[in-house]
Amino acid sequence: MMLDQPGPDLPVAAGRVPPAIRLTGLRRHFRGAPAPALDGISLEVAPGEVFGVIGRSGAGKSTLIRCVNLLERPDAGRVEVLGGDLTAEGEAGLRTARRGIGMVFQHFNLLASRTVAGNIAFPLEVAGVPRAEREARVAELLPLVGLAEKRDAWPAQLSGGQKQRVGIARALASAPSILLCDEATSALDPETTTEILGLLADLRSRLRLTVLLITHEMAVVKALCDRVAVLEAGRVIEQGPVFDVFTRPRAATTRRFVAEVIGHDVPPGTLAALPAPGPGEARRLLRVLFAGPHSTRAVVSEASRRFALDLNIVAGRIDAIGARPFGIMALAAYGVPEAVEAAILWMRGLGLTVDELAWEEG
Amino acid sequence: MLPWLTPMLEDLLVEAALETLVMVGGAAAIAVLFGLPLALLLHATAPGGLAPSAALNRPLGLVVNAVRSTPFIILMVAIVPFTRLVAGTSIGTGAAIVPLALAATAFIARLFENALREVDRGVVEAARAMGASRLQIVLKVLVPEALPGLLAAITVTLVSLVGYSAMAGAVGGGGLGDLGIRFGYQRFMPEVMATVVLILILFVQGLQSLGDWLVRRLRRR
Ligand SMILES: Nc1ncnc2c1ncn2[C@@H]1O[C@H](COP(=O)(O)OP(=O)(O)OP(=O)(O)O)[C@@H](O)[C@H]1O
Ligand SMILES: [Mg+2]
Repeated sequence: MMLDQPGPDLPVAAGRVPPAIRLTGLRRHFRGAPAPALDGISLEVAPGEVFGVIGRSGAGKSTLIRCVNLLERPDAGRVEVLGGDLTAEGEAGLRTARRGIGMVFQHFNLLASRTVAGNIAFPLEVAGVPRAEREARVAELLPLVGLAEKRDAWPAQLSGGQKQRVGIARALASAPSILLCDEATSALDPETTTEILGLLADLRSRLRLTVLLITHEMAVVKALCDRVAVLEAGRVIEQGPVFDVFTRPRAATTRRFVAEVIGHDVPPGTLAALPAPGPGEARRLLRVLFAGPHSTRAVVSEASRRFALDLNIVAGRIDAIGARPFGIMALAAYGVPEAVEAAILWMRGLGLTVDELAWEEG
Repeated sequence: MLPWLTPMLEDLLVEAALETLVMVGGAAAIAVLFGLPLALLLHATAPGGLAPSAALNRPLGLVVNAVRSTPFIILMVAIVPFTRLVAGTSIGTGAAIVPLALAATAFIARLFENALREVDRGVVEAARAMGASRLQIVLKVLVPEALPGLLAAITVTLVSLVGYSAMAGAVGGGGLGDLGIRFGYQRFMPEVMATVVLILILFVQGLQSLGDWLVRRLRRR
């Protein structure tokens, strides 16, 4: 019985397919800045993958994503997209390469002087696509993003969500296989965010897009991404399949991000309220991760019976990432010290992840 | 038509109004023609622009500022040789257009530059991300996006030109200002002066309203 499955089987990890995006040793130090915005970043995004980069404000996320299409030229490092080295391209070559990379922006960046259709047609116009073809493509894209009725509306007449739909359609106009999203939902309310994330998820699978998105919201990563990298002070401090990073965050920053969507930590005050251990008894606070078909209750009651422990559930929740359900529980275990140890080993033997939570004795 | 004026004065007034129209219109047309490329050059060569170049931006900015800070009446006199070269003469309505156009070009270039600066950097960045060339960014993004601001700048310039043209008129360019001085002031005919001022006010009001209306129309979408 596999409780702790490995992350999605990524072809790039297996070395079968070249990555859609490969960043190697990117560095960018802005003039006058005390520290580099990017401090040696290496990442690979597999074709068809949705890769999230999360970080606090100022971590270097925007700088990083702008380096992928060379809107920002890194001081050092290499940017390869679909096998081509963009850092080696001149202006003309870059322009051609950029047409194969769609980009969606936090503040939409629509042209106020053009209608919805005019905005979507813009990248085609720039590429010299004849008018009839442009119009056909716009007519194809409008229903795809749910804006069939808004063809001739001006951006000023649209809601934020509708503007972002235009932004997405425009990014897809020249049929790129790669989509870059710079905080695509950060300017939207929660409901609209869900809508836009749904649209991106739908488009991603329909059009087999490779998506690199940056965000400061873990909920976006959870909803959309296959893999995630955590950025801090211009460095990748943690990366891996979203499920793994969510269920077993290592870096403190990652834990804080994850805590936003799934509470790993025990609510303050609960610990102080727990009874003190009796004489000869050990008290341990454990965090148990269930990532499989185990019933949490069955494990708890069996451990309690087998090892003669008192198991007190302090906090817990059940959630799912992608289609994989998992449960996280904080347990206060009381019992003979050896029995507690044995119970931990037994649970690990079942494939559960058991960590000891730091606990200040009162 | 105007019962307080003799028919002869009425004719003079019509002629003067036409001269003012020619001076203002001619100078404005030239100012837009040269001012827009100049503004685009200033904007593009500024730090963080499409083609940053301090070597180009600084001297250009200096020249524009120099022209703008020279009082018009001095500018007019100072460039008489240049006016002769261009217009063949230094007096008359046609000749007056030269200094007017020069002053207006510098004036409107700064206003245009401000309007261009108002264009959201994000939109320019989006165009770059879509593979637009610099020329395409100028023609398809900067100018269309800045259009309401550019129109407002043209309106302001036209209005200022009406005032300057009165000055140019006084030194031989003809026009309403000249008429007002010659008859209203020197021959002490207050009714002529009042009529001239009234026409100038209507002129400016009309221009301003038309400009505002156009800008509003563009901004509404
Ligand atoms: N053009 C620039 N010139 C100078 N410094 C810059 C420039 N762009 C970014 N920086 C600096 O680089 C660092 C990283 O900025 P960046 O915009 O990449 O952060 P971010 O992670 O996208 O933040 P946010 O979530 O606020 O958008 C910041 O300290 C920022 O001040
Ligand atoms: Mg950012």
